[in-house]
Amino acid sequence: MTDRITRRELIRRGAAGGMVLGFPSILAACGGGDGIEGEGAEPSDTAATTVSRELANRLVFANWPFYIDVNEDTNERPSLNQFTEETGVEVRYLEEVNDNEEWFGKYQAQLAAGDDIDRDIVVLTDWMAARMIRLGYAQRLDKETITNAANLQEALQSPGWDPNRDFSMPWQSGLTGIAYNKKTIGKVTTVDQLLTDPKLKGKVTCLTEMPDTIGLVMAAQGADPSSVDAGAFDSAISALQDAVDSGQIRRFTGNDYTEDLDTGNVWACMAWSGDIAAGLKNPDIEFTVVDTGSHLWTDNMIIPNGGDVFTASTYMNYVYDPVVAARIAAYVYFISPVVGAEDEIAQFDEEAVGNPLIFPDEEVLATTFIFDAEASDNPEYKEKFQAVIGA
Amino acid sequence: MFLHRHPRLIPYLLLLPGILFLVVFFLVPMYYLGFTSLQSGDLFAGYQFTWAWDNYRDAFTLYQSHFVRSLKYAGLATLIAFLISYPLAYWIAFRGGRWKNLLLLLVIAPFFVTYLIRTLAWKTILADQGIVVDALRTLHLVGEDGRLLATTTAVVAGITYNYLPFMALPLYVSLEQIDTRLIEAAEDLYASSVRAFLRVTLPLSLPGIFAGTLLTFIPAIGDFINAELLGTPRQLMIGNVIQSQFKEVADYPQAAALSFVLMAGILVLVLLYARAVGSERATRSAA
Repeated sequence: MTDRITRRELIRRGAAGGMVLGFPSILAACGGGDGIEGEGAEPSDTAATTVSRELANRLVFANWPFYIDVNEDTNERPSLNQFTEETGVEVRYLEEVNDNEEWFGKYQAQLAAGDDIDRDIVVLTDWMAARMIRLGYAQRLDKETITNAANLQEALQSPGWDPNRDFSMPWQSGLTGIAYNKKTIGKVTTVDQLLTDPKLKGKVTCLTEMPDTIGLVMAAQGADPSSVDAGAFDSAISALQDAVDSGQIRRFTGNDYTEDLDTGNVWACMAWSGDIAAGLKNPDIEFTVVDTGSHLWTDNMIIPNGGDVFTASTYMNYVYDPVVAARIAAYVYFISPVVGAEDEIAQFDEEAVGNPLIFPDEEVLATTFIFDAEASDNPEYKEKFQAVIGA
Repeated sequence: MFLHRHPRLIPYLLLLPGILFLVVFFLVPMYYLGFTSLQSGDLFAGYQFTWAWDNYRDAFTLYQSHFVRSLKYAGLATLIAFLISYPLAYWIAFRGGRWKNLLLLLVIAPFFVTYLIRTLAWKTILADQGIVVDALRTLHLVGEDGRLLATTTAVVAGITYNYLPFMALPLYVSLEQIDTRLIEAAEDLYASSVRAFLRVTLPLSLPGIFAGTLLTFIPAIGDFINAELLGTPRQLMIGNVIQSQFKEVADYPQAAALSFVLMAGILVLVLLYARAVGSERATRSAA
């Protein structure tokens, strides 16, 4: 239990730290005014065949904070150590992705110029992974090496932006649903209640990630968030705008919503399953999926240009071993994309067994949607969404 | 030898490092920002320079309310910071005695903690179930459902708090330099203490007031952290818009145009202010 509370606190500190780190990225963004079309290499069809089948000495892995197993006593990362033991490849693990846009802003100029950014794997959310692929900044995986890819959950096998998983492998998934304080407001199950219940006025937050917030509202309005059309999008925007204007929505947040929930500033909000599954300080906070549809999102491993394809693919194969996947899942408490992880998790964490937020059943999964990746990166939609969230 | 023959070059050579610094860290970025602000296109197709003045029109029309709000919040925060700092600086300068240095240190003490952490601390202090709000509720100064966090009050208070030392320190410097014999002379000539203050102390502290208000107002108007952490979407300022245009929407030209408009706006305001105060009086050192 202690390790989970620690993770929770770490995430919160991470959220604050992320903002500090955010400043340089704004500066970095200035460097990109020339457009990023540049000389960025087109994804090469031959990459998979010409790849050298020799392991590099080192794997540079850029991931989000607190998104891999850590031994709290030794501060080591057991799954990475085991990988080094098995392959002899040292892993340089960087917790440098605090925010998709921020990470992209930091490396965009280099990627556009075709420079090596010295990263073999980076974990990015669906739409940003899609952007990297679309811009030709990602390399084809060496799929022959990733034999464990057969363990990939069926629901995640062919997203629209990478239908054959030629460029990406899921790292973890999660659900966006509703978290509520059962003591102050009781169970809140609908987006409609979040946006209109007068008892919740000023006590509600939504997320700054557009696919989460717009997706949930669209689904609640009966529209299909997996293929967004302008009319349905605008209608979701106007429902949100009303809730902002009336003062119903207090803020739009990133990870920091957990703090507002803990202190009682917020009674109900859109939330990420893993955060609540790991347990907040306040025992009255619970998470629920939404009947009208919860958002199933995925963070994906991709190989940026310049990364070592064979070494990266070898690592991907390694984490698709159910035992390794279970070890990671037992720490991060999001949804493992690896079939079989559930059967192995008991050896790492008894409490995780059967937890529906870590291993959602068919019934829950049936009510989820995957947000339209292209729409998430549509400048017009983004502009409208930014206007609603206040800027 | 060269300089012996051309002594007139010496001042220019001495200026060289400063000029180089300004060129590299001011002129080049300015040029680049201006260049970017006139581009059009999008992230995927790339941005091209097309004399896209539309970006400036959009900056004025679409984000007018954010500009006005920033002006209001920064102005209010500057005024409140002045009203708090003047008595504070006055007291330290004239009554501080041997504690002067310690008191000054206390004014700057919060700066030993980073800006972000200081602002986050206010979230805890002003929390809906926190002691401050509870106390105010007991006194019926805040309604049962009322709150302080996520309101305009919190944002303006946050800005005031964060920039207060920038106001207090210049005020202190100019007050501290006043020759107290001038005030004594005024009182000897039968000026009441109020009159002596208004005719002697206040005018002599004008350079401090001028410097303090500018040092507070200019960063305050571009601030986005306070609005982000202590406000709601209805309190967001122009700094937040610029940030989101750069980072989220990736509309670099629009963000650059907004930055330029903000800078030009500040420049005009400062010039008007300097003119109103009288730049010579304002910048003349009290010594």
